[in-house]
Order: sequence, then C-alpha cells, then structure tokens
Amino acid sequence: MSKLIASAAIRGAHKLVAQAEEMVEKAIAEKGKDFAFEFPDTAYYLPMIYAMTGFPVKTVGDMKVALGFAKELLHDEPEENIWKPYLGEALDSGMATLFAEEIILAIKYIYGLEPYKDPETGYVYNGFITDTIQRNLGIQLVDGTMPGFAAIIGAAPTDDIAVNICRELQEKNILTFLSGQSNGDSVTKQLQRKGIELGWDTRIVPLGPDTEHTLYALDWAIRASLIFGGKKPGDFKDHLKYQKDRVFAFALALGPLDDIKWSTGAGAINMGFPAICDTDVPVIHPTGVCTYEEVDKEFDHSKIVQKAIEVRGLKIIVEKPPIPVAYGPAFEGERIRKEDTFIEFGGQRTPAFEWVRMRELEEIEDNKVIIVGDNWQERYEKGGQMPLGILIEVAGRKMQKDFESVIERKIHHNINEAQGLWHMGQRDINWIRISNAAQKDGITLEHLGHIQTAMMKHRFRSIVDKVQVTIYTDEQDVIRLRDEARAAYKERDHRLGTLTDDAVDTFYSCLLCQSFAPSHVCVITPERLGLCGAYNWLDGKAAYEIDPTGGNQPVPKGELLDAKYGRYTGVDDYLKKASGGAVETLNLYTIMENPMTSCGCFECIVAIIPEANGVMIVNRGATMMTPIGMKFSTLAGTVGGGAQTPGFMGIGVNFITSKKFLSGDGGIKRIVWMPKALKERIAEDFKKRAEEAGVPDLLDKIADETICEDSEKLLEHLSSVGHPALEMEPMI
Amino acid sequence: MDKHIMKSANEAAEKIIEWGEEHKLETCFERAEKLKPCPIGETGACCKVCHMGPCRLVGKNAEEEAMGVCGAPLSTVAARNLVRMIAAGTAAHSDHARDMAFTLLAAATGEVKDFQITDVRKLYRVAEILGIEFEGRPVNDVAKDVALKFIEDFGRQKGELYYLKRAPKKTQERWVKWGVAPRGIDREVCEAMHRTSVGVDHDPDHLLLHGLRTALADGWGGCMIATDITDILFGTPRPVKAEASFGIFKEDEVNLVVHGHEPSLAEMIVDVASEPEIIAYAKSKGAKGINLGGMCCTANEVLMRHGIPTAGGFTNQELGIMTGLVDVMTVDVQCIMPAIAEISKKFHTKIITTSEKAKIPGAMHIEYDEHRAREIAREIVKHACDNYQNRKTEGSHITDKFPVVAGFSHEYIEYMQGGRWRASFRPLNDAIMAGRIRGVVGLAGCDNPRVPSTGIHRYLATELIKNDVLIVSTGCGSAACGTAGYLTPEMALEHAGPGLREVCEAIGIPPILHLGACVDNSRILTILSAMAEEGGLSDEIGGMPGVGIAPEWMSEKAVAIGCYFAASGVPVIFGGESPVGASHEVTRIMTEVWWERFKGSMHFEPDPEKMLAMALDYIDKAREALKLKKYEPGKFGAERVLMDMAARRELERAAKPHIGL
Repeated sequence: MSKLIASAAIRGAHKLVAQAEEMVEKAIAEKGKDFAFEFPDTAYYLPMIYAMTGFPVKTVGDMKVALGFAKELLHDEPEENIWKPYLGEALDSGMATLFAEEIILAIKYIYGLEPYKDPETGYVYNGFITDTIQRNLGIQLVDGTMPGFAAIIGAAPTDDIAVNICRELQEKNILTFLSGQSNGDSVTKQLQRKGIELGWDTRIVPLGPDTEHTLYALDWAIRASLIFGGKKPGDFKDHLKYQKDRVFAFALALGPLDDIKWSTGAGAINMGFPAICDTDVPVIHPTGVCTYEEVDKEFDHSKIVQKAIEVRGLKIIVEKPPIPVAYGPAFEGERIRKEDTFIEFGGQRTPAFEWVRMRELEEIEDNKVIIVGDNWQERYEKGGQMPLGILIEVAGRKMQKDFESVIERKIHHNINEAQGLWHMGQRDINWIRISNAAQKDGITLEHLGHIQTAMMKHRFRSIVDKVQVTIYTDEQDVIRLRDEARAAYKERDHRLGTLTDDAVDTFYSCLLCQSFAPSHVCVITPERLGLCGAYNWLDGKAAYEIDPTGGNQPVPKGELLDAKYGRYTGVDDYLKKASGGAVETLNLYTIMENPMTSCGCFECIVAIIPEANGVMIVNRGATMMTPIGMKFSTLAGTVGGGAQTPGFMGIGVNFITSKKFLSGDGGIKRIVWMPKALKERIAEDFKKRAEEAGVPDLLDKIADETICEDSEKLLEHLSSVGHPALEMEPMI
Repeated sequence: MDKHIMKSANEAAEKIIEWGEEHKLETCFERAEKLKPCPIGETGACCKVCHMGPCRLVGKNAEEEAMGVCGAPLSTVAARNLVRMIAAGTAAHSDHARDMAFTLLAAATGEVKDFQITDVRKLYRVAEILGIEFEGRPVNDVAKDVALKFIEDFGRQKGELYYLKRAPKKTQERWVKWGVAPRGIDREVCEAMHRTSVGVDHDPDHLLLHGLRTALADGWGGCMIATDITDILFGTPRPVKAEASFGIFKEDEVNLVVHGHEPSLAEMIVDVASEPEIIAYAKSKGAKGINLGGMCCTANEVLMRHGIPTAGGFTNQELGIMTGLVDVMTVDVQCIMPAIAEISKKFHTKIITTSEKAKIPGAMHIEYDEHRAREIAREIVKHACDNYQNRKTEGSHITDKFPVVAGFSHEYIEYMQGGRWRASFRPLNDAIMAGRIRGVVGLAGCDNPRVPSTGIHRYLATELIKNDVLIVSTGCGSAACGTAGYLTPEMALEHAGPGLREVCEAIGIPPILHLGACVDNSRILTILSAMAEEGGLSDEIGGMPGVGIAPEWMSEKAVAIGCYFAASGVPVIFGGESPVGASHEVTRIMTEVWWERFKGSMHFEPDPEKMLAMALDYIDKAREALKLKKYEPGKFGAERVLMDMAARRELERAAKPHIGL
C-alpha cells in the first residue's frame, strides 16, 4: 500500500538531508562559507532550489540556507496503525530530497568528484546537464522528434532486456537518462557490456551511478519552465504545473527499490512525473498530482515502455520505413567510424549527389525504387566505396517547385535516422556510410530508396502523393546527372535570391514552440528565418500546405505601417491572436522597439551595447564572458519565455547576413562584437554583405573574445580600428 | 437499521443508560420517552408571536382554511417559525464569533496578555481576503485590522459581508439576484425578529428569503469568522490522533471535562494543565495527573488542535457525569442541558458555568474574563484537583474508547492532496470526475435522544462510504462517528467502496474527515468554493455532487446551518419530523423554489433509508448534469487522453482542466 512508499520516501529524505548537512558543514569548514560554486554552464544556480524558492545558491554558505528549506519539509514516518495522512508529507519529503541531492552533487563538484568517473572502465558519466545542451535540443523538444523523456533507475534483469528497453525508447524518440543501480548493476553497465553507444547523439545519457544522479534529469526538466516557459524563480506552483502539463517525463524503476529511490521518486511525482516499476510495489492510482497514475507496475519488460508512455499521457506517432534496422531520430546522432564502415559513398571519395525533382503525377510510379548500374549488387556486396547518385522524383497535386529544396533537406534526416546508416552534407557534397552491422542486418541499396519513398510521403503528406527513387551507381551516370542537378541547384539559389520580404505578400508564423513557450510566436519572412535556425520561409510555406491547421500559419502582411522598422497591420493582428494577447505589435527590423520574442532555443542572442552605439552577437555554445558582462547562459535567461525585451533578441545564425538584419537600426554595421568562431562560421556570406553595405573590411573591425571581453577594451578597439558604429546616429 | 437499539446506538452510552435506569437516574433519554413533542408545534402550526394566541392552525384543509386570530394563514405561521429558528441559530454562532473577534482585537492590541497570534500564515491569508496589507507590517497591527474588519461585519448597516466574495462568482450572482446577500450580521438577525413579529411580513416566500439572508450571515459571517479567528489565535488544525467515548476518563487522574462551544477558556485550560506546578498540585491531591476531556463542540475545538480526547456529543453530557469519574465539568454556551446540574448532585462532579451569558441554578459559576484567562483556568483546574478526592466509587465506570484521527482543516485538506508544493483540490475533483469518489456528503448536526442516539449518523456513515461517498463531518456528527470508531484510516480499508478506498489509501486518510466544531461547517463552504475554482466539476457551489445531512438535528443552529447550505447551493436533508411539515406551501418553497433559485434545498425526512436514497439520488443527478462518468462501483480511471505536440500547443488556449478519466 501507499503507506510503505510514503514511509520510505520520508525516511529517504531524512537520510539525504542529514548527509547533505554533514557535507555542507565539512565544505564550510574546509573551503569557507563564501566559497563560490556554480554548476557548469548554467544561469540558474542550483536550478531546482532556484525554481522552487527563488533563492540563488551562489556559495557554500548559501547551500546551508537552502538546506534549511529542505529541513522544513521533513516529517515523521506514518505509524503502523491509526496513521495520520502521509501523501502531502511524502511529497514534501520528495522535494526535500531533491534539494538535498542538488546540494550533495554540488559539493561533490566542488571536490572534483563529479561528473562521476568509473574507476574500472574509466567511463565518465554526463553529470550536470548544461543550459547549452538544453537549448540545443530546443527544436527537437517541440517538433515531435523528442516528445518525451525517460529516467531509468536501476538495472534490468538481464543485459538483453536492458538493451531492448533502451532500443524501444530510442525507436519511440524518447530521450533516456540513466542513473542508479540495483544489486550492484546498472543499465549503463548493461548497455556498455552490449557495446551500445551511449551519449547525447544516441539519446541515451548516463548521468551517474547513484540514484541521486537522477536529480540531474530533474534539474534539466525544471529548466524547461525557466528557459522556455518564462516562469519566474520562486513561482513554484507555475513551474510545477508547467512540468506536469508540458514536460512529458517518466521514470522506469528497474529492480528493487530502496528509501532513496522512493524519496527521489516522490520528488519527481511533485513534478507530475510518474514511476513505473518492474517489481511488485504498491501502486498509487488516483490522479491529480500526476495527470494519471503516480506509481504503477508492469512485470513484462516488453510492455513496460508502452505502459509508461500511456501513464504519462504521451502520444507518440512513429513512422518506420520497411527496412531491417531500427529507425528514429535517436539514431540520427550515431557515428560510424571508418573501421565499422562497410561501404561509403561521396565525401570526396567517389562522385555523389542527391537531388529532389518535381514531376507530374503521371510521369512517375509511386514507391518505385530503380537502381541503375552494372553489377551493382556484386559491387555493393564487396563493400568499400561506390559512386552514388540519388534522384528523388516527387509529384503531388499541391506540390510546388519551391518545395524541392525543402524536401531535399530531409534526405539527410531520412538516412541518418536508420540505425547503422550515416549521412552528412547535402546536394553534391553529400557523404553516406553504411555500417558493417547494418549490412549484416540486410541493408542494401534498395533500402536507401525505400527509406526515401516512405519518409518523404510521411513528412510531406498532402504535398507529396508519389515518390519514385532512382539510384545511380555507375560513375559516368553519376557525373552526368550531377551536372544536371548542379544546374537545378543554381536555378534554385537564384530563385531564392529573389525571394525578399518586399516581394511576397504573406509571411509564415511558427508556433511549434508553443508546446513549451505558450506565448511565443516566430514570424518567418523570406529574409528572416526562425530564431532556432531550423525553419525558413519556404519550410513554413510547405509545412502549412502539409497541415493547414498545424504549427505554421500564413500571416498576410496587410498594410505597411512602418517601412523602416518593418511593421505590418497583418502581422500585428495575427500576433495578438496567436500570442494569446501577450504580444500586441512587432517590428521586424529593429531591436529597439517591440522586437521579436524568443522561446529559448535561439541560435544567437543580439544585445545592445549602448556605450559602443552598436550590438554584440553571441552564439549558443559560446562560453566566454561578453562585453556586456554576461555569458550566453545568463543572457539567455533574460531573453526567452515569449517576452519582448527591447535591446535583446534571439535570432538564427543565418539572419546575421540577411539584408534585413536590424535594417531599421543601421544593419550589420551595428555589429561590434562576435565570438571568433561565429565570425569564422559566417565569414563568407558576411564579407559579401559587408561589401554591399560599403564596409568591405567590417568583419576585421568587429571585436571578438581574443580582443576583449569587457566594454572598456571594446571601446578602445572600436576607436582604434575606426568601427563605423561609432559614427552612426545614436541607437538610444 | 438495528432494531434492537433502544436509546443510543453507542454501546457504551447504552450501558450507562441501563446502569442509570437501575440506579433510578433519569436522563434525556427517559424524558424524551415520557415527553412526546407537541404535535402542533412540531410541524410549525403553532403561532405564539403575540398574546392573542397561541393559535393552533390545525384541522382538515388547514393549509387553505386555518388562520390565527390576526388572520395569519398556516404558511405564514410556519415560515415565521422557521425564520425565528434561523435567527436564533445565527445569533448563537455569531455571538460566539463576536467574542472571538474581540478576543483577537484584545490580543492584537496587547490588552490581554494570555493570548497571542499563533498562526501568522493563516492571519495573512485572511488579511489578503479582507484586502488588508500585511507584507512588512508587524503581525499585531495586521491582526488588529483583521479584528476591526470582522467587527464591522456584525454592525454593518449597508453593503455586504466581507466574506461573501469567497464564494464562486456564480453563487454570489444568485444571492444578488434574489436579494439575499447579507449586509450586517446583527442587522439580519434583528430584521428577522422584526419581520416575524406580529403584523409585519406575511408572505411566506418573502419571509423565507430573509431567512436565507439571515442564514447566509451565519455561514459566511458568524461561522466563518469564528473558524478563522480561532485558527489564527490557536492554530489551524492539522491531523491529530486522539480517542473518543467514555473510556477516555481515567480512574487515577483528575478528569476535567470542557463542554460547550467556545474555545478560548478551553485553550487556556489545555495550556495550564501541563504546567508543572498544576500537575504537582494534582499529585498532592493523590491523582497521578490531570486528564482533560472534551464534550460537544468545545471538545471538537481542542480535539482538532491538541488531540484532547472527546467523551462525545450532545446526548453524552449526562452520561459522562454518570461514569462517576468526572471531577469538574466546565460549561460555557449552547447545547448545555441544565439537567447536568441536577444529575451532578448524585455524584461528586462539580459543574462550573463560565460564561457571563449563561448560568445554571445549582452550578458553581466562575466567570471567564479574557484579561485573567490563565488565572481563571488555573482556578478551575485546581477545583477539579480538589474535587478528585471526593470521587466516590459509584458510577458506571465505562472503559470503551476508540482511536480517532481528526484535524482536517480546509488548509490541511488542500495540503494533503499534494504537499507544500502541489497543494490543491485537483486530486479530489479528479477522483469525483473519474468516479472513484461518487460524491461528498457533509454529515453534521446534533445527536438526538428522540431517535436511537447517534444511530442514524452511524447508519448513514457506513452506507455512504460503502457507496464511495467521501464524508466530511462536523460537530456532534463527528462525535457520533468518533465514538463509533469510524474516524480511523483503517475504516477506509475495511469498509469503504473500492474507489474511495483507493483515494483514502493514497492519501492516508479516514473515509470520514473530521472538520471541527459546528461553527466549522464554514470550512465546507470554503472547500466547496475551492472545488468550484479548481474546475472540472460545477463552477459554482450549486450543482456539485454533494449533499448536506443533519440526521439527528435538534438545535436552532442546525436550521441556520442547513439554510445557509441551501442558499449556497447544497441540497440539505434533515432527519426527524419537519418543523414546517404542516404547510405544503412552505415545504414546496424550501425544496422546489429554493432549488430553482439557488440549486439548494432543504428536506426533512425521518426515514434513514430514504435519507440515504435521496442523498445518492442527488449526487447521481448532479454527476449526470455535469456530464461526469456514470458512477459504477469499482470501475474508474481507464481512458486516457494522450497528448501529441499539436495538443500540447493548444494547452494554453484550451486551458481546460484535464479530465482524469
């Protein structure tokens, strides 16, 4: 019965709080109470404590204060008979446990004990999950490619069962965190013994060997409401409701449970995350804390994943092409090393290309895969290298020429998502590998085609009615058709160049992030792609054709109200409605007044530096201090959550080199600082734009972290190089 | 029902009654047998508001033909009688509340030293509702403002009671529409007495509407103020373990019983009883210690906050003395039978009246004065110690007692469903929506010697929980359940229906939640309001799958309570003969007309089985009207709504509470 769980959770909390207290006292004695601490790359201090209480733990002394909050949450165990109620008390204990675990892990970081390194194998667990990883995953969290999160605690009865459970989670696109042990074993070790690739790329992330390490997953979850939800630190009710409604996480507890597992589980239940156990535990079925059951059990390991998904209220739609290997976004990040490669195509080794071409419906035969080439089967069987041309011909009543590029970009994902297949590049610089394992499983060239026919129709249903794939394997064919494709690429690029904001009468919205950031609306124009970098205007247009009621909606421009700042009646009308009244008006081309809002998964942040009369841009993943005195992670905390913040804005990288980039404020000449790596990444396009803007050497005048990380030195630099921003009219 | 039960369904009480009969001691049970109720007054057909009468409006076609000397028809007479009961009940609770408000004021200003603000969090919650700034201010300043605002509610001439706005908006709108939003508590009671005096208001519906206005002044005024101030001064209840029934008295300790309704002196007695010098004093008299026990609603107050055991409800007061073990019984106001003074003479027991408002010939009087609260409490405890030595061997010396878990305040009920971070009424609403819990019944009101006392409470309690109905109980309803051993978590495991059992097990609660004294029925009002606010059920109090039942009522306070529930939107079922039974018209107004206007009603039904059927029918019809899953025992919680990304994006716009089916 539930009383056993409550008792265990209450006991577990007492133990961990006592342990944390001992560690805090030791750390204060040894390091001093003012010893500063922060988890790697986060703007949210000890995120759980910060989100729940609003108290930023910055020092070891602060940890002692925070531990005081945990102590207030401790209760007595319920008695054997005539017990007093225990559910509220058990949930309190769960939260106390999370606070204590957060402090324990923080102190372990201070002593260099985290992330945990396995002394036998040398394997280093992930440890704390950074803000950057969270933001990198942003788009996947909302576009359905990462609909849920599992925390597996303990060990499966056998290594094979562990593999099966994780494979099933991968195939269902679920991000899986591993922690804890049962009987000295853990799923991490079980997967390692089976040679399964672990890490973010395969969506199986071992956090640490103890139950306490589960906290890292919960710390990750709670930052979703801070980063994307715009919930204020200390508004715990809002945070927990957000977690329950929008963060589709659950726990799989494999093997016997102890007090610490139960108390950590009680902490997770506070957040609305249920636990499914594979042992005969008491269950808690009444709903209301979680959306459905709080604790349930399933002894059949082939059913436990499905059960967990249902108990969490998660709907997962998986499309799998008819191929003999596993398939799903979880396999997209998997690497195939040279020695594991059975055969490869392109990548400067052989001629290759991939090309999507629009056809009339009667010109092609649906689902047909044609392979052209002498002895292609024999040559494939031998392995090694081969030329490869992939021509994908699509037809559909709603198909448009403009969508060719949109569809073509998906070839990469279609191939990569197959286990044992790897793809990079695009067009005529693509590179494909098939692993030995995949070949053994029966993957042939035909499957490359079947993947495309199935997935293109799935992804572009209602645009694409028929797909026919021709694969060329003879060098002369590949080269000949590659020339044809190159002409098509060129024509396409030209067409893209003529697509400007002024030339179209409709923009597209992107509301995908509203599942996490309910009031944020991206307005995507031909010259301004989504701030996540993943959606451009054509993508939006295609997506709308695919699903007219989906996340991308047409936004008629309406009347132009302000040409300089880019304000349109149609955009304003749309925004009011789509943001639920949170945003009234938007200027597309300025950062100074009613700029675009951000969800939290922006690639870059543009921020005004008033004293330099310009802006700086810092990209996600950059960890250095910036001239405005904040790192990306801290800065990002002030920009997300769907709020307009004049002077600060999230953007996609490619927007920097758009003609419309802050065109109302003076354009790229306003840029005074960017990280060096970002400068290098966009150098080619940037130089072109700079020339057009009349400042060909602008990139060299823009400072980076090798020149300065503070505003005083920045100003010195700008005046010494004669940066144009200094001469421009005042921004403020 | 068990037909063998003669006078009380409480076995221990029954034994004492039998023992009393053997010893020729008369109690309310024998008197009730001997003294049948006046059949004319019982049904509301007797008018004695002037001295031309009393007029008896009886006979064939009395409804149409009978009238008093002044020409008042039966419907007027019955309505007037009922409104006077409401006025008296409202006056009782509210006068109690007034004293609490002045005690709070005196504590806040430092005028009295023996009381302090105990529950600052509750004070702030109340201040927030009253619109009083509290952040950064000294606690006592806030408390003073709170007290003064409450005091305004009693004497206000125009406007509305502050707490009306705690009700759901739709409920408030109904009150405004029908002109029953109370202005000031005293004004409504005063006007009720005026309108029912000779030659004033004669329209039964019009009279009864004012009755509802007066009753609302009781529920959302007097009762709610009393509850909140008591929480502020003495702490908001959280679960406590205690014991109930006559076995709580100890042979070798001084037994002091606090009986009545007001908590202040009782709180002080609880406090001084643990003082070392007082315990030493008790020991000097040969006792091993001091054992406090409660009776009636003072018992509930100190049980809820301190786990002081209760000897039971109203009909146990004479029986408690007959155990021979009570050294002192202090009494204050309401529901004190004067008979205890008489029966105490047969034993060594001293009855001490303590209220300036209430004296009983033959009882000792030590007047409570809040300025000297501690001193007076010590004096009373010392009297008890002194009297311990006079304890004689006779008495029934009953040892039966039952464990109870009590202490369910609104605040704790919210907490227990999610803890400090997730406290809400979501799980309760979910459970009702999913059919785990069929509905909620407030089982309240008195116990009554005219029926096998506490018997109907016991019958309904067991039947309702078997039918997956969660019970909240107050007053002597709680005492009836407590002395039956029903207020334990084990009761849920052994006797609740499968859905209710699951919920009780998840939270760790008894299937019957003891909410406090009879003034604490106000907690039910705020709980219903919170359930409406939480969403998924009705968006007003009316329409909730809930019923109020007072199966053994006898006090005018019960009528006031029943009517404020009806006016707030709760169907109410009272046991016994109807005090308006003579008039079909008045009966029709109180059932059909009130139902139409307020979604509440007031029925009188003596047959326990019919009461049960009516309650379940009300609940099932409310479920149907709310389009909830049809209640089927053991079948709940199967279908889930699974969310894809598109559904998640719509969350904010849909903003509908999730349906836990």
